[in-house]
Amino acid sequence: MAALTRRAVPRWAAAALRPMSAARPGPPVTPPSPQLGSAGPRRVKIVEVGPRDGLQNEQAVVPTEVKIRFIDMLSETGLPVIEATSFVSPKWVPQMADHAEVLKGIEKFPGVSYPVLIPNLKGFQAAVTAGAREVSIFGAASELFSKKNINCSIDESLQRFSEVMEAARAANIPVRGYVSCVLGCPYEGKIAPAKVAEVAKKMYAMGCYEISLGDTIGVGTPGSMKEMLSAVMKEVPLGALAVHCHDTYGQALANTLVALQMGVSVVDSSVSGLGGCPYAQGASGNVATEDLVYMLDGLGIHTGVDLQKLMDVGAFICKALNRRSNSKVAQATCRL
Amino acid sequence: MGTVPSALKHCLSYQHLLREQLWSGEPPPAQARVLLKEDNKNVLTVTDLYRDYKEYQKSELPEYVKIIEVGPRDGLQNEKVIVPTDIKIELINQLAKAGLPVIEVTSFVSSKWVPQMADHTEVMRGIERHPGVRYPVLTPNLRGFHSAISAGATEVSVFGAASESFSKRNINCSIEESIERFEEVAKLARNMNIPVRGYVSCALGCPYEGNIKPVKVAEVSKRLYSMGCYEISLADTIGVGTPGSMKRMLEAVMKEIPLTALAVHCHDTYGQALANILTAMQMGVSVVDSAVAGLGGCPYAKGATGNVATEDVIYMLNGLGINTGVNLYKVIEAGNFICTALSRKTNSKVAQASSVFEL
Repeated sequence: MAALTRRAVPRWAAAALRPMSAARPGPPVTPPSPQLGSAGPRRVKIVEVGPRDGLQNEQAVVPTEVKIRFIDMLSETGLPVIEATSFVSPKWVPQMADHAEVLKGIEKFPGVSYPVLIPNLKGFQAAVTAGAREVSIFGAASELFSKKNINCSIDESLQRFSEVMEAARAANIPVRGYVSCVLGCPYEGKIAPAKVAEVAKKMYAMGCYEISLGDTIGVGTPGSMKEMLSAVMKEVPLGALAVHCHDTYGQALANTLVALQMGVSVVDSSVSGLGGCPYAQGASGNVATEDLVYMLDGLGIHTGVDLQKLMDVGAFICKALNRRSNSKVAQATCRL
Repeated sequence: MGTVPSALKHCLSYQHLLREQLWSGEPPPAQARVLLKEDNKNVLTVTDLYRDYKEYQKSELPEYVKIIEVGPRDGLQNEKVIVPTDIKIELINQLAKAGLPVIEVTSFVSSKWVPQMADHTEVMRGIERHPGVRYPVLTPNLRGFHSAISAGATEVSVFGAASESFSKRNINCSIEESIERFEEVAKLARNMNIPVRGYVSCALGCPYEGNIKPVKVAEVSKRLYSMGCYEISLADTIGVGTPGSMKRMLEAVMKEIPLTALAVHCHDTYGQALANILTAMQMGVSVVDSAVAGLGGCPYAKGATGNVATEDVIYMLNGLGINTGVNLYKVIEAGNFICTALSRKTNSKVAQASSVFEL
């Protein structure tokens, strides 16, 4: 791959982009969200899932020191939450085999959370031993997806997690819950919003402080997003909700926008849009953090993230993976 | 989120889900057919190719969105590879068969400036003219207009800019001078009963001037509308806009131009196009420009994308239950056709994802 010069926002774009601060190029800033109306948030917490959800779905296995450097660079951008790794069996997810070394090796910036994914109590214990101070668990809104993915029903999976919740509570470790397939399932097709609400409610009731609603195969559109959120908001407080949109059909930012309009203020994304879609070979997966930050900056919503630094991290990891960025902002400001 | 098997080609539920999202394929129940409004300037086709849409909360969005397909002109114009005339003609014919109501065919500009459009006359003469489909062409001045009419054009487009610098660099004259040129075209077009569509470039930002004031966009739009353009397409030429700037710009323009005469032409250079289009629709805009396969890069950001992909727009509209009259599968096919001819990958995410399932 050709050597990449440092990506910088070109002069003309910098003119078009009125920076919020000297160090932060971004699109023209409007006063705080008049576009979103009174329900719209003034601040959005971005949960960066690149090191876990992103890398997990990349073919090339990344060396441990590169992962550590990657996460450290992300910490410097101002991202408040960075999902560091996954304590699953390396047999299933070889990319995450070095979970303990990564967690031990990264610099823990003050004010930044580094949750890790855990499938069960064993994984939880390994994570805590390695220094984890926050964990994530995942359920699904689709029975078939649950069976195919983790070999048990939704209820059985939640049962397993109740042991984890108990241990986490005892150790004072916050738990974040994911719900997969909220806008569609590769096996079941359409998913009823009421089902998503039911699973989200159960996970929240179990003690998860936040529920991330994942459009796992990216099929959702603003209409289905609105419908699903309306159902979930009846059962889980707005402040505890997050959206995790995949961009497989290009709908992620539009779906995220609708979620913001409904008052959601936590959004998951992955730098450079890392991670393809296991269900559509060659298609993209996670929405790119750079593109999300660009939109939020333009809406005058505070994220705390330095877009230029973020683009540098994206360049770094794409070089390590020998692939092009999936972020349009990165592509537009790239100098090849 | 954990490990999953990678081969889901035969997953029928997924295919079924996609079909529902992409296009139902079934004719709608009789009572759901709607005869669309027709007025002097803007004849819309009756379509019986839409699915039922849910009643809930759709009141804020338009029921029908007219898609202006600019791939053959705006798209190809920004592609390096020169496409043979017969391929252009075939592309346009395929797009018409896909149900697109308006297809911008070519541009009657000097071939010195835009070599890709050198065969404008042959293309205009060579395409099939499907009933109910409109085929506007770009005409920068009176001379281009005359050539267009001789070649059989029945509708033309003119383009102004909201930025003085952009106008000077792009067409070598001020905004005012360009408006005067277009007035000549508009006057003649009016006499000949030829509809004229107006574009306003740099509506959300300019590569030379940076921020563009919404009031300036409104001013230029008003000039074009007053001279007789039936529709004004507000173009985010460099794709820098976001939902906030889109809203502010539209609020200013809507004070001067009726909503039904407005269109948005969003570029996806920073990935913001669909969010911007959604915002525009939430404000009542019901005409959207797009290009099959997201053809056309951005001349101001090397390697970056340009036009938003028609497939991705239609996917969103279908999911919202908004009628377009367009068969998404056929658009995807047309996109595959032209990408093969251009030896390039599609810019449409829907096309990329759909190729796996052979739908």
